[in-house]
Amino acid sequence: MSLTTFGLKKSPWVYHVNVGACNNCDIEVLELLTPRYDVERLGIVLVGSPRHADALLVTGICTRQAEPRLREIYRQTPKPCVVFCIGSCAMTGGIFRHAYHFSRPVDEVIRDEDPNAIIAYIPGCPPKPEAMIAGAAKALAAL
Amino acid sequence: MEVIGIFVAASVGTLAVGLVSSWIDRKVTARIQYRVGPPLLQPVYDIIKLLGKETLISSRARRRGFLLAPVVGLAASAVAASILWAANLWPARGFLGDLIVVLYLLTVPAIAAMYGALASGSPHATFGASREMKLLLAYELPLVMAVLVPVVQMARAAGDEGPSFSIGALVLFQASDGWVLGSLSGILAAAVALVAVQAKLTLVPFDLPEAETELMGGSMLEYSGPPLAMLKLTRALLLAVAPVLLVTLFAGGVSDAASGWAWLAFAGKYVVVLVLVVLMRNTNPRLRIDQAVRLFWFGLAPVAAAALVLAWFGL
Repeated sequence: MSLTTFGLKKSPWVYHVNVGACNNCDIEVLELLTPRYDVERLGIVLVGSPRHADALLVTGICTRQAEPRLREIYRQTPKPCVVFCIGSCAMTGGIFRHAYHFSRPVDEVIRDEDPNAIIAYIPGCPPKPEAMIAGAAKALAAL
Repeated sequence: MEVIGIFVAASVGTLAVGLVSSWIDRKVTARIQYRVGPPLLQPVYDIIKLLGKETLISSRARRRGFLLAPVVGLAASAVAASILWAANLWPARGFLGDLIVVLYLLTVPAIAAMYGALASGSPHATFGASREMKLLLAYELPLVMAVLVPVVQMARAAGDEGPSFSIGALVLFQASDGWVLGSLSGILAAAVALVAVQAKLTLVPFDLPEAETELMGGSMLEYSGPPLAMLKLTRALLLAVAPVLLVTLFAGGVSDAASGWAWLAFAGKYVVVLVLVVLMRNTNPRLRIDQAVRLFWFGLAPVAAAALVLAWFGL
């Protein structure tokens, strides 16, 4: 295991990207920072800029408006980085997949930008905070 | 060669102390919020991770200035750390006016942060730089006046030899005549200096230049990878240097470098100052820039001036 990977596993700083979520996943993401779950135990910190981030927490269906922004944010994130698709919407479009404003699933957009992107999926509507921690742990273990 | 040895040892040592201090900061913050908090080595992991990441430079940035600024800030705080430790270890040596040099060196990280932020070409970072500049103008006045109090006390005790701006002389003076903190003027000056140091560290309530929640990181917004690691290391160094400076000026520093008890007492004083800083950070909301300037110029500067007058009359 290289030193870079080791560092990434030990201190993944996350940036939260909402590309058209109903706010439910966002509330669950914020719960991770509360005393009950406290992900800072694992070195996970919420940062304010994608340039400081190691992981993008993407929630929501990728709307046509949000797609170019998502691509831009992915380009602004220094590599190596991990993309987490959180919730059914980010993974497939969920119940909104036939809606007029739906563009494409998040992973397709990211793969379009970078074919070698590391993408992790956390299903649920919304996923429980426990599921997110389990997903993050599995993704980081697989790095 | 000896000077280089002192510099390397002091920088590495202070960096280690600073990283542990930033862990204490995060851990105490977490405990105050009923959380568990990060493990002891978390700051080290953060640095290792940042050093392995890609360095992104925005297309609107001025490349050279953007990348140079963090190095300048880190170097200046490392030099300030070495001068402080050298003055504590060998109080009789030192050079004339090292106190003034340390005060100047401690403004360099703030100026470097401004420079880097303005070179980055980001509007948010520009806001951060503008606030950093106003904050620097605000807190330097009370800080310098507070630092003059020990100097005046020493000059009074020394009689007609005139004032001495040497940190080593201050350590020796306090070893013979008692702490500066033992007098009324010393207490006032130390309180003012503590608040000014909080602003120097840009910690809450004076974290306006970074203001994660409104400027998304402000002056360090555009930095990523190794330059961001350098900014974090500078912050860690300053977090160690600032309490050491306060302890040296107001609470006697390392009174006897040959005795283990003196070092233990020094560590105790250091931790007390650090915990005061952390508690202040956790119990106050962020001030607006106009409130911060008003607090320093019209609130704390008169207190520091009063402390100076009291010190002049030997109180």
